[in-house]
Amino acid sequence: MSIAKKGDWVRVYNIVLESEERAPQVPNDTKKVPLEMWDKGFLLNEEAKIGDEVEVETYIGRRIKGKLIEVNPFYDHDYGKCVPELLFIGKQLRSILEGGESDE
Amino acid sequence: MSRDMSYSAVMGRRNEIMKEAVGIDYAKFESNGVIFDYEKMMRETGYSLQEMQKIQGETGVGNTPIYELRNLTLLARKLAPKGKGARIFIKDEAANPSGSFKARRAATSVYHAKKHGYKGVIAATSGNYGAAVASQAAMKGLNCIIVQECYDSKGKGQPEIVEKARKCEAYGAEVLQLSVGPELFYTFLKLLEETGYFNASLYTPFGIAGVETLGYELAMQFREREGRDPDVVVATNAGGGNVTGTARGLIKAGAEKVQVVGASVNLKGLHMASDEQFNKKSFTTGHTGFGIPFATWPDRSDVPRSAGRPLRYLDRYVTVNQGEVFYITETLAQLEGLERGPAGNTSLAAAFSIAQELDEDKIIVVQETEYTGAGKHINPQLSFAKENGIEIMTGNPEDEIPGQNIILPKHPSLIKAKDLDLNRIRKSYIKNCVENNKGIQLDDEDIKFLAEDTKSSVQFVYEVLKELGE
Repeated sequence: MSIAKKGDWVRVYNIVLESEERAPQVPNDTKKVPLEMWDKGFLLNEEAKIGDEVEVETYIGRRIKGKLIEVNPFYDHDYGKCVPELLFIGKQLRSILEGGESDE
Repeated sequence: MSRDMSYSAVMGRRNEIMKEAVGIDYAKFESNGVIFDYEKMMRETGYSLQEMQKIQGETGVGNTPIYELRNLTLLARKLAPKGKGARIFIKDEAANPSGSFKARRAATSVYHAKKHGYKGVIAATSGNYGAAVASQAAMKGLNCIIVQECYDSKGKGQPEIVEKARKCEAYGAEVLQLSVGPELFYTFLKLLEETGYFNASLYTPFGIAGVETLGYELAMQFREREGRDPDVVVATNAGGGNVTGTARGLIKAGAEKVQVVGASVNLKGLHMASDEQFNKKSFTTGHTGFGIPFATWPDRSDVPRSAGRPLRYLDRYVTVNQGEVFYITETLAQLEGLERGPAGNTSLAAAFSIAQELDEDKIIVVQETEYTGAGKHINPQLSFAKENGIEIMTGNPEDEIPGQNIILPKHPSLIKAKDLDLNRIRKSYIKNCVENNKGIQLDDEDIKFLAEDTKSSVQFVYEVLKELGE
């Protein structure tokens, strides 16, 4: 969905500090990039599309402005992929406890 | 009237914003020298142990179970010299409402905010504390904003932090996420100013006092089940509050003889404010990147005087490597049937090693666990590490280089807690104290304070000052 309507739950983006505005103590690699922020809220504009500057009301009722980047944002973090390097551990531990492996 | 919202202007208003947002006049505890009255601050602005137990009890916080890890103890004994291998116990703090011991810290802070009429609370945290504050705010009907450092400049987020954002939102909080950088504090100050909400800092007396119940409860539980105090308590150390609160609680229970050990994940060489290195680490807290700077200068926190002062209480401070913590997390699940989040197992990896130095009749306790879930689990964290170019290997964890590889021990006998030289850390603290108080002539009271604040002696402080040419 690329068009958001008033009241839709959306994610907005802003630059807080441009790279030249960053704090003096920041390491060089961090100084090269801006300080960015992301927040979410209900769209206050009648209609907007991705990339538009919009205003939203956050879940607790603050009003903020930002660039619309996502409509109905969701989480997709998960349990990762198979990590074969971990598979030996349980078997090894059981074998030590059963006395099947000589102590090192 | 429009205020100057530039970085320098907002940072310049830092003290007045904080005074409003914490409600503590820290000047009351200061005097001319480097000294400040820590105990007075804890007494006047904290809550009594009984009050805290009541406050926490009302929201279901505390009274978490203790488990004896019999199989892990057996394993330690198989690897230890004959007669060695202390009994290992764990306090299951994941049983708290928000899934970690941080509920204790949040409960008192949020209670205090509500009592003093604040409409909401704000906390700057990417970790379990955010979830704890959001959970407590939900119970008390306060608004909550959590400010997180979450993404690098490519927009890639640490899976553990993303999960924490989800959890905070689940409790009805607003989560404001930022890319890497210490200027998070600037955004934080702007929000405090805009909303007039309470700064539920990790480092106020309320937050630290909230952890005292953990140490106290632990001593009481051991007296009930074993008829005595434990010999060693291991606490994961980052900002210092966990160690401080737990140790103070043990002392309040009269368990002064318990050895208090701090444990941190070794992230040597990684810069915490570096955009490029942000996603090269697999631990977002409980590591040396916080542990060492906060031990050597606790007052770097978001309040003028941190109530978390780990050097006052630490008897020993050890590090473990990332690979060792992941291995022990898998061990806890496979041998004890307890699946818990990796960060909380930092002190478990240390305890497993230390148990092998102690006699079989000794008792060693790991004082926390944390919840686990999507993102916050060994599989996603190691998958993420691989995506970021970190090599996952099996071998000797001693060879691990943070930011380059994670070495899972090829055998549990290779899990070895490494001692940090506490005297060196004490020296570094004293040096920072002198540098941050330039032009101040130290008198006897200051020296006495420094000795107390580093759990050393007046003679030790004199020697360090002499070395520094003071």
